[in-house]
Amino acid sequence: MTDSIASIQRLAYLAACLLFIYSLRGLSTQETARRGNLSGIAGMVLAVVVTAVALRAPGVSTGSTEAWGLLAGAIAVGAAIGAVVAARVGMTSMPELVAILHSFVGAAAVLVGIANYLEADNTGGAGSAVHGVEIVVGVFIGAVTFAGSVVAFGKLRGTLGSRPLLLPGRHLANAAMAVASVGLAAAFLRVPSPDGLWALLAITAIACVLGAHLVLAIGGGDMPVVVSMLNSYSGWAAAAAGFMLSNDLLIVTGALVGSSGAILSIIMCRAMNRSIWNVVFGGFGAAPAKGSSPSGPAGTIQEATVLEVADLLISARSVIIIPGYGMAVAQAQHPVKELTTLLLRRGTKVRYAIHPVAGRLPGHMNVLLAEANVSYDLVEEMDDINDDFGDTDLAIVIGANDIVNPSALTDATSPIYGMPVLEVWKAARVVMMKRSMNAGYAGVDNPLSYRPNTLMLFGDAKAMVGKLIGALTSVAREAA
Amino acid sequence: MMHVTLAAAPGSSRTALAPLKVGIPRETHPGERRVAATPVTAAKILKLGLEVLVEAGAGEGADYSDAAYLEIGAQIVPDAGELWSRADIVLKVRPPAPIVPDGVSEADLLKEGGTLIGFVWPEQNPSLVERLGKRKATVLALDAVPRITRAQKMDALSAMANLVGYRAVIEAANSLGRVMGGQMTAAGRVAPANVLIVGAGVAGLAAIAAARALGATVSAFDTRPAVREQIESLGARFLELDFKEAGEGEGGYAKEMSEAFIAAEQALIAQYAKSSDVVITTALVPGHTAPVLLTSGAVVSMAPGSVVVDLAAEQGGNCPLTERDKMVEKFGIKILGFTDMASRMARQASDLYATTIFNLLEDVYDVKVRKIALDLEDEVHRGAVVLHDGKLLWPPPTRPRPRAAAPLPEKTDALAAQAARTQAPSRAGPWLAAIAGALLLTAGFVAGREFVEHLTVFLLACVVGWHVIWNVNPALHTPLMSVTNAISGIILVGGILLMRGGGIGAITVIAAVAILIASINVAGGFLVTQRMLRMFRR
Repeated sequence: MTDSIASIQRLAYLAACLLFIYSLRGLSTQETARRGNLSGIAGMVLAVVVTAVALRAPGVSTGSTEAWGLLAGAIAVGAAIGAVVAARVGMTSMPELVAILHSFVGAAAVLVGIANYLEADNTGGAGSAVHGVEIVVGVFIGAVTFAGSVVAFGKLRGTLGSRPLLLPGRHLANAAMAVASVGLAAAFLRVPSPDGLWALLAITAIACVLGAHLVLAIGGGDMPVVVSMLNSYSGWAAAAAGFMLSNDLLIVTGALVGSSGAILSIIMCRAMNRSIWNVVFGGFGAAPAKGSSPSGPAGTIQEATVLEVADLLISARSVIIIPGYGMAVAQAQHPVKELTTLLLRRGTKVRYAIHPVAGRLPGHMNVLLAEANVSYDLVEEMDDINDDFGDTDLAIVIGANDIVNPSALTDATSPIYGMPVLEVWKAARVVMMKRSMNAGYAGVDNPLSYRPNTLMLFGDAKAMVGKLIGALTSVAREAA
Repeated sequence: MMHVTLAAAPGSSRTALAPLKVGIPRETHPGERRVAATPVTAAKILKLGLEVLVEAGAGEGADYSDAAYLEIGAQIVPDAGELWSRADIVLKVRPPAPIVPDGVSEADLLKEGGTLIGFVWPEQNPSLVERLGKRKATVLALDAVPRITRAQKMDALSAMANLVGYRAVIEAANSLGRVMGGQMTAAGRVAPANVLIVGAGVAGLAAIAAARALGATVSAFDTRPAVREQIESLGARFLELDFKEAGEGEGGYAKEMSEAFIAAEQALIAQYAKSSDVVITTALVPGHTAPVLLTSGAVVSMAPGSVVVDLAAEQGGNCPLTERDKMVEKFGIKILGFTDMASRMARQASDLYATTIFNLLEDVYDVKVRKIALDLEDEVHRGAVVLHDGKLLWPPPTRPRPRAAAPLPEKTDALAAQAARTQAPSRAGPWLAAIAGALLLTAGFVAGREFVEHLTVFLLACVVGWHVIWNVNPALHTPLMSVTNAISGIILVGGILLMRGGGIGAITVIAAVAILIASINVAGGFLVTQRMLRMFRR
């Protein structure tokens, strides 16, 4: 009986693993994405149900009815909170949501580690050195994930400043914290189960500081990579929990998430021409403080009126729209879509150019445009569209800055030098919609503003696009 | 500049400082009237600090007199022999060929270690490349400059094709016994001429524009569905072939197609040729015999007096009845196989050609060290260079360059990902493998069997995760992240396992908290992903 239940449980875990793999695979293309998500859900339900049922299975475990009730209650409450949050969150605050969810996984991993340690006492000291190391590693990664995600959440919300916090000797501090953790771990391993709790908690505290510090050192413009790194960390935390609990399902799933998050980060880093190690250890983009501090505007700008821009739109035969974080902030995706529809109806060729790190999450702009019902046939990736700017009459930059900054290609002293950017300046005309002349998230002045073919349109993106739509429709009415 | 002053210091050899001489020979190919440098570009070359030698009469065909070159400071050299022997860098239009009167090849005249820039067609002219190699020459083929944005100013092929397309329409109109545009006159209604353009490359598109400007009704056909938009933007009708095979090759050129496909093409073209007054064929695949697209049967079915212009005549023609460099009349249809369309507008063609060749020269010439300095890491240089000091560097290694035009996002993404994958293991790979190996070995000694089993599972899962994700469509990065986030809520299972102790104690409570927050994660992650995915639509 015991054996067959264990076998059934293992088979169910195998099925769940396969469903998770299929889920990730499915998320790679638009056609299979929804099915992928559903199979992820199926895998999760299967895993949870089987584990919960086994808890009460005779001879396998000694789980009590009370524990079961507590378990059911916790899941119900958690799921309800999750569902409400998921239903309410605006697409523009997606990055914050993802960041804070990562912190939950981190926190859960820490709790699981601590509980597991205490449990070892109850079951009679299974505290072999290997198991101890597993616990320390799990708790450490979990705490880094937790604190890092909370800081990332704060940065994305704007509660914390976007500028990197670059303490002097920060690498030394990081190294010191790592060494201290190892020392504490040694102390932790030497004593029997409950006595090491203080060391474990101290490690947790140090890991929290370390995680927060690592993320604080990273500039706001690089947040997409950070979020995806934290995603990876949360996977590793789950895998570590699997090691300590001897559970293959946790190991496999954690490893899947961890490695896929790592790849996503690598893809992001390539897109920004950054080294992944820089992100892992923090403090990249260290130059902006000195190198090219924006000491006031470096040229003259030409400001345009809404009517002038409307005229440009009317005469243009091809238009490329470059959305950035400013569009997300102003919630301008719906008016932008409306503007697109108007232009398409006039026979103008309209496309969107998406930089891989536009916004604060990888793929952030795609999500917003999808929310506004923009057909994804109109949405092009950077590599596909960069060659086309030369044949384009008008490029409209809506709240994007660093991703269209020509100094990334020309100015070796610029902190974003080497990052591939959308080469909008090759278009016959460029209109930059911005709230002000402030520098972008990376804190770098943008010479695009001073180009002779660039016009600036200042104001809130949503309001400005709305006015453009008004101007275009009135022109259409006059013509009719 | 610093560099130059230092080199000029006392005692150092002055010969190294003598400016290089750029030679502009008279083109020897029969019917070739273009010249590789005009007085305008010659002046620009002088400004780079080079000397310019022009063979007497080199610009005649393009209506540039020797006097015009003298005026801007170039030197006139009386004959080809002297020009070739003195010039360090020779700019040409046609590939070097035997000079008719005495049969000496231009390739053998090139100074040892000299540089040649111009159309070379290295794939079609291997023996020429070999001969130039013996001269220890550096050869840059203008025809091999990659078609990328940065190199557009050096794209002589497009510049020429543009003129050729225009001229094709003009020649057709000249031979056609009717007007191109439609008119309503007192003497009766004149319908516009029907023009069919086969192949919408640069030449084809220029032909569409020219024919439209003359008032004709234009239809155009191309194997690449991506050019439909370009054709329609010029006011022509795009003829669609209902056949599954996309024709976009590397670098925006059409690629060769299967036989069945060509048969379908021929049928479609024949159908429309019947009602066309002018058919202009421009279908060329670089380095290959031109495909037959306008069959003899299709020509027979055309109305008498109609005109066919075959711009592929140089590579065998798109029509089997075409005769190279001639106008022939078959079944009452005039078939023009001129290959000198650009030379028929020699002055304009020379202006454009000379500018592109100057742009390439300027790109490869280093003013500071006063010589040609090739950077083989540079995509443009690497693409154009055929020989470098006699060393064969052609063909250049192919680079995976996803082209914009085709609407195949999945495919290009896969390409990019593949490129990324091949780069991935290069640097850190061996080190990581060594470290991982050492760790594994230690783990095997220290830890128990159980741990090693877990490690096996763990590493295999890492590899699976690694491979599953590479091809992800960038638009899906956010949903993917939120789904992996939801899946990492699997830590929930860890919490459940900790409830096995029984009773309600500290452990159970901690576990319950873990379960609670992990559930938020699971539910929130999956639901938000679902919400996002529902929004994606075509």
